[in-house]
Amino acid sequence: MEKVTFDLAQQKLRELNQYLHHDLAKNGVKQVNVLNPEGAHNIAVGVDAPVNIDIHGHGGYYTAGMNKQANVTVHGNVGWGVAENMMSGTVRVKGFASESAGATGHGGTLIIEGDASLRCGISLKGLDIVVGGDVGNFSCFMAQAGTMVVCGDAGHALGDSLYEAVIYVRGKIKSLGADARVEEMSDADHKKVSALLDQAGFKFNSKEFKRVASAKSLYNWNADANQEY
Amino acid sequence: MCGIVGLLIKKPELRNHLGEWMMPMLIGMTERGPDSAGLAVYTKEAGANEFKYSLHAPTMDYDWTAVERDFNHHLGSAVEIVEKGNHGILISHLESSVVKTWLKDHYPELHVLSMGRSMDLYKDIGTPGEVAARYDFKSLQGTHLIGHTRMATESAVTPDRAHPFTAGADFCLVHNGSLSNPYQIRRKLEPLGVHFETDNDTEAACRYLEWRMREGDDLATALKKGFEELDGFFTFLMGTKTEMALVRDPYACKPAIVAETDEYVAISSEFRSLAKLPGIKNAKLFEPMPEELYIWKV
Repeated sequence: MEKVTFDLAQQKLRELNQYLHHDLAKNGVKQVNVLNPEGAHNIAVGVDAPVNIDIHGHGGYYTAGMNKQANVTVHGNVGWGVAENMMSGTVRVKGFASESAGATGHGGTLIIEGDASLRCGISLKGLDIVVGGDVGNFSCFMAQAGTMVVCGDAGHALGDSLYEAVIYVRGKIKSLGADARVEEMSDADHKKVSALLDQAGFKFNSKEFKRVASAKSLYNWNADANQEY
Repeated sequence: MCGIVGLLIKKPELRNHLGEWMMPMLIGMTERGPDSAGLAVYTKEAGANEFKYSLHAPTMDYDWTAVERDFNHHLGSAVEIVEKGNHGILISHLESSVVKTWLKDHYPELHVLSMGRSMDLYKDIGTPGEVAARYDFKSLQGTHLIGHTRMATESAVTPDRAHPFTAGADFCLVHNGSLSNPYQIRRKLEPLGVHFETDNDTEAACRYLEWRMREGDDLATALKKGFEELDGFFTFLMGTKTEMALVRDPYACKPAIVAETDEYVAISSEFRSLAKLPGIKNAKLFEPMPEELYIWKV
C-alpha cells in the first residue's frame, strides 16, 4: 500500500490524525490524500514521518502544526496558525493563509503562495517562510531566528523587536517596527533568498529584495532612553 | 470567543432560502459559542406607518393572546402578535413611545428585543442548534440576517445578554471580542438620555453607534468615530434595513472571512461555517483587513 485517502466528509479527523501518528510508520505509506477538509481545525498536526500529505480544499486553524519531516501541501487556504511551531519538513499553502502563519516555527520551510495575514512568523525560531504575496501587520514580531521572504508588500510594524531572524521584502513596507531597519544585501543574503525562491518555485530575482534586520538597540537596557524607542 | 455569521442574498428569487442556507453557518459556529445564540432577520416589511416589536417572554407557553386582548382593550387598536414560543412579534401603527410605555406598565416581564420596520429578532440561551430549532430558523426568509453564537466572557449567560443587540429602529450589532471601556461609553451616553438595559460590553458599542447615527452620522462616519472611542478587541457585524456592515479592530484580534458569489455575500468567523453554502467552491474568499469598513447593500 503506497497511498491512502481520507475523506473527512465520511471519516473523523481523529481517525486521520491517529493514523498519521501511529499506523503510518508501520506500513510504509508514502502518500496520504485528505478530501473535503472544509476548514476543519488541526488537520495533520504533529506528524513525525517522511510522508507526502495533500489536503484538497481549505484547512482550518493549526493545519500541519508542529510538523516534523512531512511534506504537506494544502490545495486551498488555511486558517490561523498554519504550521505553527513546525520543526522540519515542508508545508506549502496554495491559497492564502490567515493570521500567525508559522508562529514560533523552529525549522523546515513554510511556503504560502498567496497572501499571509497579520503576525506571520511571530516569534519565529528558525523556520524559513516564503510568501508569494503580501504579509499583514506585525509580521515577524519578536522573531528570534530563521528567515522570512516576502515577494509582495509588508504591512505595518514589520519586524518589531526583532532578534536574529532576517526578513527580505520585494515590495513596499508600510512601516518598520521598533528596532527593525533596512540593511544592505550581502552575497550571503542573495544566495539565501535565491535558494528559498528556487525551493518555492517563485520566479523573482534576489536583487529585487531588501533586507530587514535588527538594529540591536533593544538588546541591552538603556536607562537614558526614558522609555522612548 | 464567540462566532458571528451574516448572510445577504443578492437575487430576490433566492430569498426564501435565507434561513435554510444560514443554518449550517450558525451550527458551524457552535464550538466558538455554545451558551447562547440569536439572529436578526430583515424580512417582510411592516405596513405603512407600522412598526414591528420583537418581544421576549419569560416562559415558552406564554399567553400572548392575553397581551393582544389587553392591548386592544386599553389602546383601542387591534393588534396581532405572531408567536414562536417565548418570542412574539407585535405589529402596531401606534407611536413607538405609546407601545413601549404600555408594555412596560402592563407587561413588565416582557422584554422588547428590537423595534423596526423589517427586522425580527430572536435570541436565547442554549446551543445554536437548540436555539435554531426553538424558533425554526431554517424557514426564515428575507434579504439578509445577522447571527451570533456566544461564549460569554463579559457578562452573565441570560437571554437579554445574548446577541444581536439593537438600538433605535432596524439596527443591530453582533460582536466577537471584548471591549475594555464599556463603562466609559456608558458614562458618556447616559447623561445624554441614552438608556441601557444590560451590563454587557457589546450593548455599549451598539448604543454608541446608533447614537452617532441619530446625531446625523452615516454608518461609515459613526464607525470612524467608533475607532477612536471604542477600546478593545472586536469584529463587529452590523445590520440596517438596507445594509450589512463589517469592521475589525486595528489589531485584527478576532477573525472574519467573507465569501461572495453572484447569489450571496456570506460572512463568518471561520471558513468551516461557510463550507456547506451552495457554490462555495467558486466563491471569492477573502479576509477583511483591520480597521477597514466593509458595507454590502441589499
